Amino acid sequence: MSAAPDTGPALRLEAVWRRFRAGKRIVTALAGISASAARGRVTGLIGPDGAGKTTLMRLIAGLLRADSGRIDVLGIDVAQDPLAVQSRIGYMPQRFGLYEDLSVRENLDLYADLQGVPQEVRAARYAELLHMTGLGTFTARIAGRLSGGMKQKLGLACTLLQPPQLLLLDEPTVGVDPVSRRELWQIIDHLTRDAATTVLFSTAYLDEAERCDAVLLLHDGRLLGSGAPAHFTNEMAGHSFYASAAVGRRHLQERLAAMPEVIDAVIQGSRVRVVTALAAPLDAAALGPQVADFAMTPTPPRFEDSFVARLRKVAASPPPPVGAGTAAAPAPVPAEAVIAVENLTCDFGAFRAVDAVSFSVARGEIFGLLGANGAGKSTTFRMLCGLLPPSHGVLRVAGYDLRNAAAPARRQIGYMAQKFSLYADLSVRQNLRFFSSVYRLAGAQQRTRIDWAVAQFELGEMLDATARDLALGFKQRLALACALMHEPQILFLDEPTSGVDPLARREFWRRINLLAAAGVTVLVTTHFMEEAEYCDRLLIMAQGRVLTAGTPEAIKAAARNAERPDPTMEEAFIAVIEAAATATTVAA
Amino acid sequence: MKAAFVRLRALMRKEAVQIARDPSALAIAFLLPAALLFIFGYGVSLDARNVPLAIVVERPDALTASFTSQFAHSAYLRPQPYRDIQRAERAMVANRVDGIVWLRSDFTRRALSQGGAPIGVIVNGVDANTARIVEGYVQQVWAAWIATHRLAVGRPALLPLALEPQVRFNRAVSSRDFLIPGLIAVIMTLTGALLTALVIAREWERGTMEALMVTRVRMWEILLAKLVPYFLLGMGGMAVSVAIAVFLFGVPLHGSMLVLTATSALFMLAALGMGLLISGVARNQFIAGQIAIIVAFLPAYILSGFVFDINSMPWPVRIVTHVVAARYFVAILQSVFLAGDIWSVILPNAAALALMALIFLGLARANAHKRLD
Repeated sequence: MSAAPDTGPALRLEAVWRRFRAGKRIVTALAGISASAARGRVTGLIGPDGAGKTTLMRLIAGLLRADSGRIDVLGIDVAQDPLAVQSRIGYMPQRFGLYEDLSVRENLDLYADLQGVPQEVRAARYAELLHMTGLGTFTARIAGRLSGGMKQKLGLACTLLQPPQLLLLDEPTVGVDPVSRRELWQIIDHLTRDAATTVLFSTAYLDEAERCDAVLLLHDGRLLGSGAPAHFTNEMAGHSFYASAAVGRRHLQERLAAMPEVIDAVIQGSRVRVVTALAAPLDAAALGPQVADFAMTPTPPRFEDSFVARLRKVAASPPPPVGAGTAAAPAPVPAEAVIAVENLTCDFGAFRAVDAVSFSVARGEIFGLLGANGAGKSTTFRMLCGLLPPSHGVLRVAGYDLRNAAAPARRQIGYMAQKFSLYADLSVRQNLRFFSSVYRLAGAQQRTRIDWAVAQFELGEMLDATARDLALGFKQRLALACALMHEPQILFLDEPTSGVDPLARREFWRRINLLAAAGVTVLVTTHFMEEAEYCDRLLIMAQGRVLTAGTPEAIKAAARNAERPDPTMEEAFIAVIEAAATATTVAA
Repeated sequence: MKAAFVRLRALMRKEAVQIARDPSALAIAFLLPAALLFIFGYGVSLDARNVPLAIVVERPDALTASFTSQFAHSAYLRPQPYRDIQRAERAMVANRVDGIVWLRSDFTRRALSQGGAPIGVIVNGVDANTARIVEGYVQQVWAAWIATHRLAVGRPALLPLALEPQVRFNRAVSSRDFLIPGLIAVIMTLTGALLTALVIAREWERGTMEALMVTRVRMWEILLAKLVPYFLLGMGGMAVSVAIAVFLFGVPLHGSMLVLTATSALFMLAALGMGLLISGVARNQFIAGQIAIIVAFLPAYILSGFVFDINSMPWPVRIVTHVVAARYFVAILQSVFLAGDIWSVILPNAAALALMALIFLGLARANAHKRLD
């Protein structure tokens, strides 16, 4: 074994290039990345989907070879001796690398044997890991029957059996609820503090950057920046403000986002969070006389501000302004309940997936359904789409009772699935034509709608591109266009923006806001807290029941205490879930 | 070395637990062979039995009656009288009968006076196999009738008297006895190539292969850990098939168990080699299944000589059959079951199997890298 020097970085990348062949095209996944990660620290590999995070992880683990450049892991050149690297590192791939038909104990045994953990130290190591991950009482359970968060922790335990010098975690927090996410970070803190493990952690969630010791910011295969998260955040000191005015928050946000001196404007509660190009507040006069009582209060910068600012510099052109959402916008009718749900219950045999859920959504409202995996969101969603009959309760969508008029109700609904249910092998034009035909559009009417979609979503230059080859942001636009072909009154969105870059997400939500303003009712299910901020009202679910409902502002306010004077949506969510868990324990 | 042994044992134990918990693997290994055997044993038969046959006699008399009565005694034909040829032809068009025997009105006169009376035989050529069988049977019945008639009347017969069909090896002339040994080759291809390719593709799909690769495990260990359990499973499936064939369907086993087991093991290795090779290319279960069916299962079915005779294939196809491992195994199986340990058949075919096993396993090893690209 070659002795690895204990000084120097745990990981060093020098001008690493990697391209892939996708059909006839060559895709550059990594374009000359040079970076390093310090020993005993947590380095975050941060970027949206498709930035090249997984490719970089695999290169470091010796699973792929770089086209050019050099990767040194713990002082060893990976290209020369991948096995030596592999016996020193731990690697958790995106789906945790677990055998779902083996029990927790059998998974641990397998990986202990593969990593060569001596028999005599196993008992102690297992006890330690099971305690750390809270899986102690589940050793006999089949891994496939664990919750997402528990699988993630078991996957982590399997990589830690032989304490690795470098731990690679590829998007460990995708599809995991906020409570499990927090527990994972506690384990990582413990590892770096007590075991001096170096951790490389990839994520698309920008809020996780602030928990890392150092950050590598990746976008389109390029390194946009590296350094301590504070370094990124401090760049934006004095640029961020909360803006308020005596107009609707969506209107204010729209106005602010259109100003050239504004880098970013997003809705947060009842106010709009603004990032300015110059480190100074905006001139109220520039907004025009209609915006009365305009005020800006400084607020500390966030990591995301810096990412957005960097993206604006590399982005080809600023996002063009958007017109009204649907062609024939219905006149706003006040406070009419478009979706009315009373006492909705769904049983699968003895298991109650949804338990007496009631809520109503008014026309033009953006309504969020929040909850961890298994909370009953998807089941509720399926019942609302008329795909699953409820066991009990009343369900009215667009004036139709879903128990006896599911088909006409469905005609009023546009649906955009989580991973955009597009036909990857069809072109943009063919996808539009197919989806409009499915909604029974034909002839001149169909042509009009397709022209509308092309103009509205700026798909003109991409019309003949295959959907598979589109960038994520384009795919998202196309999926939304397809869902709107039949001018639905109601739009259902399933985790619409998880994994897309912040600019694409902002653009998407701007379109949604315009649709809502034109009278379209929007229902969003998500476990992604950032998306929750965009909603008018939220419903938080756990184990099939409604825990709380209200505006994002009210839910955050309820979680406010001495420790958390200004809780984030995620903190508020965890507080609600934990309060419910405590109540259940007390009751039991 | 000890560490490698520990890893190998861990991987094999994992595979065994997975097989035991996953009903689909056990179903492919044991249930599917049984189902295929039952289908071929009971359902599919290339023998003609109770073939409906129209008999048209335009002027019935004693002579025609003695001729037509011969058909009633046949186990293969089910004669049905028709009054005229038009009705009989309509019945054939409607698929109610597979053939027509037509005795014209001058049959008796010409048979007695000129010593030669034509008998019209019309068979439905749509199903060529049945047609040929019907034709043969009618000829046999005719020949038998002429022989008995000559004995009774003392007149010379017009047909050669030595029309005596001889059947060797498959003494019962039962297509079942011929098909079932060949079917065992198809069944073993199923476990060896299809199941193995599927379970490895499943590891790619679920991301467990990626996790395995970033441990100290070496590639040959991963391959060997797949080879051994599925070799045992495939041999188990073979044992079940042989037991069903011999005890349930009464297929004779003239050769020795030892030869059968040894040659099956060789074929199993070749099939597993194919499975491993496919899994190196296909990384999801759907594609792995498609490739396994196209390159392993269908050739074993069509090009192995199990149903279709290789000698009657066009020469380009005949050349292709040489790269189908099942071809050699079917030859061995048919010999071992129906004839015995015929070394002149077994040795060259076993050598071919060994060579193919070596090539496939060698290619699979050379193709397996501990990398994703």
